[in-house]
Amino acid sequence: MRQFNYVITDEIGIHARPAGLLAKEAKAFASKITIEANGKSAEVTKLMAVMQLGVKKGAEVVITAEGKDEDAAIAKMEAFMKENL
Amino acid sequence: MEQFNGKSIYNGIAIGRILFYSKNQQQVKRNKVEDVEEEIARFESAKAKAMEQLQELYAKAVEEVGESNAMIFEVHSMMLEDEDYNESIYNIIRNEEVNAEFAVATTGDNFSTMFAEMEDEYFKARAADVKDISERVIAVLTGLEGEAGLGDEPVIVVAEDLAPSETVQMDKSKLLAFVTRLGSSNSHTAILARTMNIPALIGVEISEAWDGKMAIVDGKQGVLFVDPDVATLETYMEKRKREDAQRELLLQLKGQPDVTKDGRHIHLYANIGSVADVANVHANDAAGIGLFRSEFLYLEKDHYPTEEEQFQVYKTVVQNMPGKKVIIRTLDIGADKQVDYFEMEQEENPAMGYRAIRICLDRVEVFKTQLRALYRASAYGMISIMFPMVISVSEVRRIKEICEEVKRELSDSDIPYGDVELGIMIETPAAVMISDLLAKEVDFFSIGTNDLTQYTLAIDRQNPKLDNIYDAHHPAMLRMIQMVIDNGHKENCWVGICGELGADTTLTERFVRMGIDELSVAPSMVLPLRNIIVNMSVD
Repeated sequence: MRQFNYVITDEIGIHARPAGLLAKEAKAFASKITIEANGKSAEVTKLMAVMQLGVKKGAEVVITAEGKDEDAAIAKMEAFMKENL
Repeated sequence: MEQFNGKSIYNGIAIGRILFYSKNQQQVKRNKVEDVEEEIARFESAKAKAMEQLQELYAKAVEEVGESNAMIFEVHSMMLEDEDYNESIYNIIRNEEVNAEFAVATTGDNFSTMFAEMEDEYFKARAADVKDISERVIAVLTGLEGEAGLGDEPVIVVAEDLAPSETVQMDKSKLLAFVTRLGSSNSHTAILARTMNIPALIGVEISEAWDGKMAIVDGKQGVLFVDPDVATLETYMEKRKREDAQRELLLQLKGQPDVTKDGRHIHLYANIGSVADVANVHANDAAGIGLFRSEFLYLEKDHYPTEEEQFQVYKTVVQNMPGKKVIIRTLDIGADKQVDYFEMEQEENPAMGYRAIRICLDRVEVFKTQLRALYRASAYGMISIMFPMVISVSEVRRIKEICEEVKRELSDSDIPYGDVELGIMIETPAAVMISDLLAKEVDFFSIGTNDLTQYTLAIDRQNPKLDNIYDAHHPAMLRMIQMVIDNGHKENCWVGICGELGADTTLTERFVRMGIDELSVAPSMVLPLRNIIVNMSVD
């Protein structure tokens, strides 16, 4: 299992479009990727569930990947978050 | 005539007949089905069709309102593919052995309720998106899809609520305005209305009985008139005519650089007095904000506005002006503006009294609070700071010392700030006469012609008896402006005009030839000035 923490800098928070793109990225991996925020968690592949977390600017999220390609998955997630969120 | 109030989304005037728009009432019935797998296949094929429609809508929206606003349809595609959403539809069809329409409607209701119950305004507004995609799939399933037909004559569309896809689908040439009861100013439909320049009101208590009636939408005042009387109608026809002329100009000139035929670039900026005016700056395509009067922050409060209160306002403004200059003028207040908590004494002659920078240099803590807020906001965009009512070099040096102190304090607390240009208003004859010396101290000058004229001609503009000798084009004024430009340029200090004279279209060519670098005017004057600049040559 691999994980990293990230503080959201996007003004609106994790909004629809980046959440959708993130889901797409996550689907390319075999690992199960989850995001945890505000004491709740959701699978990153599920756009609406991720939006339901209501993650706003300044919130800390924890991304976890578990599976055979977890290293690559976590690297991709981290790069995406840094660039888009 | 009846009159209704609403919240304005876009400042425009529309006059025409009302079309009461109601969605193809998709009365979804719950039916038992024999073959659940066939029902799932029906859903899948309707979903595929809906995805296709969304791609077409996306393409149409990119063309009409630009890529960033079209993204909503890309988001809709993503939502439609959401696993949980699809899973829920399958489950309902399988477990309850019901038709796909019912499963989609139930799922859509559940998901949109979840969003509607969220706290944050942005996430709350997503409820409408979920509803929109669900209704799209249901329309395909029932075969009730189709363009939102508006008829032959342009109409004011009145509806309970409008989905972004409905807004984009409507034929723009037949659409005069939107009036809805629901919706928020953050909704995509509102954003689309703004980018399409369509007057829109929300929060109006609408009535189906209005269908076919004559109406006026006044987006400036946020008022809807149903069955207007002749006098009102005539007033608004006149107003609209003026607006149409402006819009015509806008269409031709929007996006054009402010460059003369022979290549001189003029910075054409807008003057604003509050955050709400920023929308007008964009609507009129100004290249920046040349004068942001910070007084409103002080006038609307019953206490000195805190650093945090001010920071939030400045930050909002610069963030709404990405890549563009925002020149903020520090507090310009005197005994003529009554602010109780300033505890100012009555003065015989407030125009020449204790005001503006004179107060700031006397009440340094008030000044520093504003400067700290400004420097903090400079980390988020291009801020320039401008100081009013300067008469001497020593004042400017003192101001710069205080700015340095503020920067040092911010650095010590690890608070970020950006590069900030410092400039002064040239609005006293003294400043004009020593502009050669002042130019060595600052990055720019902005000539405040209103006060400069009053002080130079010794004419109080409030006194109607003096109207006949008041001459805004007095040679003394024009010579002073020339002197300031020349002295500024010798020291690489750019020079602009932010007073009313800057918007005087009879002088624009002259100012450009005199060498002015910037003109900052009311937003509505930006395009008329651009019209002159792009059609003139300096030589």
